Amino acid sequence: MSIPVPAPVRGFFRRHTALTRALEILVRPIEALSKKAVFGCKMCGQCILHETGMTCPMGCPKTLRNGPCGGVRMDGRCEVLPEMMCVWVKAERRSRWLPWRGAILKIQPALDWSRKGSSAWVNVLAGRRGKETS
Amino acid sequence: MIRAVRPAVSLEEAFRSGLPVVTCEIASGDGADPADVIRRARLVRDHVDAVNVPDNTAGVAHMAAWAAAALVAREGVDPIMHVTCRDRNRLALQSDLLGAAAMGVRNILCLTGDHMVHGDHPDAKPVFDLDSLQLVHLATLMRRGRYLSGREIEPAPDLFPGATENPFAPPYDFRPLRLQKKVEAGARFIQTQITFNVRRFSEFMGRVRDLGLDQKVPILAGVAPLRSARAARYMRERVPGMEVPEAVVRRMEQAGGERARREDEGIRICVEIIEQLREVPGLAGFHLMPIHWEEAVAEISARARLRPARSLAAGAKEDGTPDDRIEATRDSLIGGTREQRA
Repeated sequence: MSIPVPAPVRGFFRRHTALTRALEILVRPIEALSKKAVFGCKMCGQCILHETGMTCPMGCPKTLRNGPCGGVRMDGRCEVLPEMMCVWVKAERRSRWLPWRGAILKIQPALDWSRKGSSAWVNVLAGRRGKETS
Repeated sequence: MIRAVRPAVSLEEAFRSGLPVVTCEIASGDGADPADVIRRARLVRDHVDAVNVPDNTAGVAHMAAWAAAALVAREGVDPIMHVTCRDRNRLALQSDLLGAAAMGVRNILCLTGDHMVHGDHPDAKPVFDLDSLQLVHLATLMRRGRYLSGREIEPAPDLFPGATENPFAPPYDFRPLRLQKKVEAGARFIQTQITFNVRRFSEFMGRVRDLGLDQKVPILAGVAPLRSARAARYMRERVPGMEVPEAVVRRMEQAGGERARREDEGIRICVEIIEQLREVPGLAGFHLMPIHWEEAVAEISARARLRPARSLAAGAKEDGTPDDRIEATRDSLIGGTREQRA
């Protein structure tokens, strides 16, 4: 994630593992409920909502984090779930309204599946990042 | 030392010649007999620079792409192995890329993969551990001698990763940008979805040229012959991401039900599209997708005067054609790829 968290803060949460665990227990249900209600969050633990036009890419049946697949229907609907608009059609449209619209062009690294279900917010605070692409 | 089978002229060398490149996809084996793959490869090998071998197309189980690609390599033509993210996680993908490289398969086309709901095993567990772009990145990383874990690969596989783009599926404005992302991730060549709507393809290429991508990677336009009106309608209605304009379907219907006539009309439409695409600047050649109709490739090549770059390069030297022209186009083409290799 590209949200800047000061190094001392990250260090604090890294050192106090018990505290971080407690925070995780407290924060996770709040994050899950709020983000699920608003964005259909799947709790991947490595939130990139702000870089994908405030649209959760994990709602894509192929969990694509770098853009749409080639199977989007002519009307912009998903090839797997025709009742759903393609996540990336929405993401691209919404990203135009964001001041940081260029963020959608960032190459997203492979997902760390071991972090699925954890709180992305706490992960950011503790500086637990995904592998960056070189 | 045991050496992998190497084609006389590789796809990379064909691109480097700066001449128009022709590739063709063949159907992968639908049984354990290698003769089927070999027969299809032989039908097209004299007309193309490289042969694409699909990976469980449309989510229907077939022979492993690396095995079929190795069979194609034995026929003396450079294979392009499709690799999809649908069926394998990052461990399996990496081992397959290494295995393929050991069998003499170095061109890999990185794809997300059609979803299994459209195939013969809709009940299978979707993997999609990586996406196509991350796969391009992974291949580039392995080429540089690292696994995704960071561990060293010794020796590193000499992979030549490519990617695809579909100009005919929404969001249209994002397609050239997605192509740009793939090039940034390390894609060395691009093959597009089948073109029937030349106007839309032309608009797409305009944006691609604005981004300077045609100078960085060779882009091959996908084309395919239709065999019947039924096939045209099936493609339009049942294949997601395919755009078949009404005019094309109508022409196929007007050709009637007689096999020779409808097949001739399908090839004629395909050749017309190739001629129209020749007017689009920034293309490095064509990618034929005959869809189980490899017999049509010879006819299309003859009518559209398509010749593989390798034969042209050889011909140019025999005729005493000045190499300057080839050199000039070659430089414009590999400028970007050389930069990427650095």
